[in-house]
Amino acid sequence: MITETNGHRHLLSITDLEKEDILSLLDSARSFAEVATRPVKKVPALRGQTIVNLFLEPSTRTRMSFELAAKRLSADVINFSTGTSSLSKGESLKDTAKTIVAMGMDAVVIRHKSAGAPHMLTKWVDCSVVNAGDGMHEHPTQALLDLYAMREWLGRLEGLKVAIVGDIDHSRVARSNIHALVKVGAEVLLVAPRSLLPEGIEEMGASTTGSLDEALEWCDVLYLLRIQLERVEESRFPSLREYTLQYGLTQTRWSRLKRKPLVMHPGPMNRGVEIASDVADEVESVITGQVAAGVAVRMAVLYEVLGGSYG
Amino acid sequence: MDSGLLIKGAMVLTYPEGLGGEVDILVSGGVVQKIGKGISAGRALVIDASGCVVAPGFIDLHTHLREPGMEYKEDVCSGSRAAAAGGFSAVFCMPNTDPAIDNSSVAEYVYDRGVDEGFCMVLPHGAITQGRKGETLAPMGEMGKCRAGVRGFSDDGSPLVDSEIMRRAMEYARTMGATIISHSEEKSLSEGGQMNEGYYSTFMGLRGIPPESEQIGVFRDLCLAEKTGASLHLAHISTAGSLDLVRRAKERGLSVTCEVTPHHFSLDESMLSTYNTNLKMNPPLRSTNDIDALLIGLSDGTIDVIATDHAPHAPHEKEAEFDRAEFGVIGLETCLALVVTELVEKGVLSLEDAVSKMTVAPARIMDMDRWGYSATVSEGAPANLVVFDPDAEWTVDPLRFLSRARNTPYAGRKVHGKVIHTVFQGRLVVSDSELIMGPESGKPLPGPEQASQRKPASKKARAAAGRGN
Repeated sequence: MITETNGHRHLLSITDLEKEDILSLLDSARSFAEVATRPVKKVPALRGQTIVNLFLEPSTRTRMSFELAAKRLSADVINFSTGTSSLSKGESLKDTAKTIVAMGMDAVVIRHKSAGAPHMLTKWVDCSVVNAGDGMHEHPTQALLDLYAMREWLGRLEGLKVAIVGDIDHSRVARSNIHALVKVGAEVLLVAPRSLLPEGIEEMGASTTGSLDEALEWCDVLYLLRIQLERVEESRFPSLREYTLQYGLTQTRWSRLKRKPLVMHPGPMNRGVEIASDVADEVESVITGQVAAGVAVRMAVLYEVLGGSYG
Repeated sequence: MDSGLLIKGAMVLTYPEGLGGEVDILVSGGVVQKIGKGISAGRALVIDASGCVVAPGFIDLHTHLREPGMEYKEDVCSGSRAAAAGGFSAVFCMPNTDPAIDNSSVAEYVYDRGVDEGFCMVLPHGAITQGRKGETLAPMGEMGKCRAGVRGFSDDGSPLVDSEIMRRAMEYARTMGATIISHSEEKSLSEGGQMNEGYYSTFMGLRGIPPESEQIGVFRDLCLAEKTGASLHLAHISTAGSLDLVRRAKERGLSVTCEVTPHHFSLDESMLSTYNTNLKMNPPLRSTNDIDALLIGLSDGTIDVIATDHAPHAPHEKEAEFDRAEFGVIGLETCLALVVTELVEKGVLSLEDAVSKMTVAPARIMDMDRWGYSATVSEGAPANLVVFDPDAEWTVDPLRFLSRARNTPYAGRKVHGKVIHTVFQGRLVVSDSELIMGPESGKPLPGPEQASQRKPASKKARAAAGRGN
């Protein structure tokens, strides 16, 4: 179940969820998705509740998605980001947390560049905490929306063969997806050079390979991660050109495939690096579908942690 | 003035004799006058120590007292009181202060602060390089000859990157009769690391510190020690691989010793899963395989010393995001209990062997005779003693620590082995597990009636001791 402390429910990590919790969140998301098709895109589920988006690391899409989710549930939303906050004046996370809670918040949605920051927050605040991405640790709502999209497109999760390609080491998206996919009975293959795979990752239940071509023949879903140039400076791989040659979904690789997998990407894409621009255009519907699913899934999560009701 | 102390009915643990039967120990004039059965008290303060062990006061080779410069974390006053409460008669404090202990003035200042406080000997280790910058050697000769008699030189906290400087430091230290204490870490492998590298760091999304970072450091310094013939002490060994390297070096006859901390032999990396920053230290908590290797190293004698690496920090430095929190945990007041609970009771070491790693072994490595200090319980020797009950159960409560810091990973843990009394230079400085103020601090020693009963003492002594903030 979702973690509970001091009578508040939190979503900190996919590892805290059972398979049934994941599936029920996805079901709940599906009914919330319907709200977006209405002329008045709002339900009164969380009316009178206040949610703060505490985004201490740059983010556009996740913050917008959470904001929209909260507003569609009729919650009041406050945005608190780096740059505008007193954290840039050296205030500690603990003091910021205390201040926010003194203002009577019901939930904190936190994005932070330090792994474990949401866990710490639960000790300091008297309200629900939702992890919107913490360092290299987890990004649970991203994984939930990815599973949602996979299920919508392919009709099932169990037995699905998912290849995740790229910088697994630095990716909280990869970690949450591995946990979630393994829990729902999918098979996960991680595709990267060893220098981008963290120690012990196989113990999470995933297999690994250094060959994208091998993975392409195998997978039902090809999940591409965003690759960052600074990893070159860290000697994780030689150059973007080399990366694209070895691990990019190039036009050549794509057109050679007889059976095309579902291509997914958490965004924003580096066109011409992990995915060729033409291929990106061709598979765009799924990737934008992920974004739409994000709002529905986050509505389901907020509804779940805040125990809202339609009453 | 000094009417003496009579410790009654304790089992004496001294070396090389080992643990003996119950006897009385008469202390006066700062010296153990007499050991035997049925000694009459006369005017001496009588301490009932039945069921307890009396051993040489513990010696910690690795403490951070933070003075000068970081007194908000700890200072010689709070740190030496914590040491006394933990049964220590001498602590060697690391030079990563501000300014660094890299010259005789600072060394003497710290040493004298210990003398002023009077709870235990405070013996500074010196920095290997000036300002701990890793560039030019600090005056080891002068520091060795000053009042503080600095014997150990350490780069603790910021390992010497430059192997050439380490080589020269070892050569110079050898000539000066000093020991190099290595904080072994290849920084390029550990930079940014927060915990041991492996499944758990991956699971938690924290940058790892690979065991190889330590092992490369250990290997380098062993090579250089072999080349230079220097005497080398390896601080806080934490991995199975490091231990193998030390074992092989010892077999080849190198002048090398090493230490392990209680947290490294009692806690493992899996415990970090809640992002408890009181489990963050450097070197990090390692795997259960590493712990198994450390336990073997303790029992086969490869590990010479148990040292605390007592590293106090202010609450706000620990109540932070994991990757922003400071490294280090405190350990002076829990050391004995962890040694008893985790090593003696689990059959890893006999009580004699465990206590020797906290007494005679560090005394030998640091050649403590130079301060007229001997780790012994014997007639005619200075009376630096600890009286502890190896069976007493207690629960670790950080709020009761005399250290200014609270950053222990053991809060709430039930442990066995409790320091009851500490005698430093013939004076009772801890009585019934409570610090007492000596005449130097303006408060008279308690009368015999007060001190002789083994019961939780009043809070008055504690209040008088000044708890710090």
